[in-house]
Amino acid sequence: MAENNMMFNDAMEQLEEIVKLLEQGDVPLEEALTLYQKGMELSKLCHDKLKNAETQLVTMMKDGKEVPAEIEGEGNAQ
Amino acid sequence: MATDPYLSVAALTKYIKKKFDADPHLRDVYVKGELSNVKIHTSGHIYFTLKDQKARMPAVMFSAKAKSMKFRPESGMTVLIRGDISVYEASGQYQLYAQSMQPDGIGDYYLAFEQLKEKLSKEGLFNAARKQQLPEFPEKVAVITAQTGAAVRDIITTLRRRYPLARIVLFPTLVQGQGAVQSIVQSIQQANRTDSDVLIVGRGGGSIEDLWAFNEEAVARAIYDSNIPVISAVGHETDTTIADFVADLRAATPTAAAELAVPSRIELLERVMGQRQVMFRLMSNDLEQRRIRLTQLQNSYPMAYPDRLYRPFIERIERATDALQRETVLTARRSSDRLAMLSRQLENRKPSDRIRQAERDLASLGDRLDQRITQVFRQRDQQLKSAIRTLDALSPLKIMDRGYAIPFKEGGVVKSVDQLELGDRLSLSLKDGDIETVIEAINPKDKERD
Repeated sequence: MAENNMMFNDAMEQLEEIVKLLEQGDVPLEEALTLYQKGMELSKLCHDKLKNAETQLVTMMKDGKEVPAEIEGEGNAQ
Repeated sequence: MATDPYLSVAALTKYIKKKFDADPHLRDVYVKGELSNVKIHTSGHIYFTLKDQKARMPAVMFSAKAKSMKFRPESGMTVLIRGDISVYEASGQYQLYAQSMQPDGIGDYYLAFEQLKEKLSKEGLFNAARKQQLPEFPEKVAVITAQTGAAVRDIITTLRRRYPLARIVLFPTLVQGQGAVQSIVQSIQQANRTDSDVLIVGRGGGSIEDLWAFNEEAVARAIYDSNIPVISAVGHETDTTIADFVADLRAATPTAAAELAVPSRIELLERVMGQRQVMFRLMSNDLEQRRIRLTQLQNSYPMAYPDRLYRPFIERIERATDALQRETVLTARRSSDRLAMLSRQLENRKPSDRIRQAERDLASLGDRLDQRITQVFRQRDQQLKSAIRTLDALSPLKIMDRGYAIPFKEGGVVKSVDQLELGDRLSLSLKDGDIETVIEAINPKDKERD
């Protein structure tokens, strides 16, 4: 799925929407199965994003350019 | 009316107290002086004397206000007090009732802070209704603080640990000293030109002078004008700045600001796993229920005995067919019966019979007419014969047969002797001829014997 580009925010929102729909319980079977499959994919996506995310840290220069940040003492932070 | 010119002490004191209380200048005073005779009562009230070289006045600070003081007042300290003046009637003394107290030295700052706070509050910059909602999952967190130092380190560490998904954008900013206000304002404005989801504006702990930039109006307004939600994080927990009042959310420390800015990855992972479990459980339950329903349907009476579904209909059709046939036969029979009856009635009323009857009647009437006429003729015949016989009997000829004669004189019948005279000629008609006579004598009959 092309959803790896999806923002965590959107994925999370969709996931919660799907859970809500399933909780309402009046979804036809085929749709429920589709939703379930989608929900599982989204939850995996969210999970992977949370697990694998690496913080991007940049400094905003006065001219509006972002440069990778160097913070003293950051090296020994956990 | 008694005109006693002497007032009671209480009345006079009450009057004096009223004068004090009515004076607007005495209702809210700022006064600077040296503390002496400081006594902290067990109740928490602080009694002291405020003095300078030329004057002194008794003062009190009640426990409710004293509790919020950040320093312990001691004799010999120069302090700045805000409060009001009133009269304690029992001792006849006017007193300073202190509402707040600050050690001198920061006095100017304190005043400026209070004044700005009041001004901005009146303008509505602190209104809860104006606070912006923080995004749940910020993708970009802007950090406006000094490039080095504990604050930025704490913020970065916390953001990384909690929510590595967020991109951190640092805005190196001068947060104290000359140019700090301008730098902070610029950074806030620059951050507003990015697509950041939340701003953390702050710095680490320091003296009131160090933190002062965050009590400046320009900074407060820049925060208020920010279209991106602002979390303030200035100094330590005990430090409260104007920036904190204006910010959409106040964090006690930079670390706390980072915690408020992003959700926890651990909690989110749990939430995602929780959602998975909920989905799985819902789906399993759903499928199980559908399965149960399917089994129920399969075992249901109509599904198990499909022929019984239409059996009643067959019975109905058959019954209806029978009824239809029966009804058809009955109707036909009724119709033919009626036809026969009508034919009979018609037959009975046929006109030929009536004609025949009329003919019979006519014949009978003809016979009766014949009979009647014959009878009438016979009657008339007999009447005629009888009349003829009577007539015959009465005929003068018959009488003449028996010897009678009819006298005529001059053509007329003579019925009396009076008609005659002697010598008259008299003709006599006899049965078989006439004779001529002459009257020779007349002998009338005795009239008397008549």
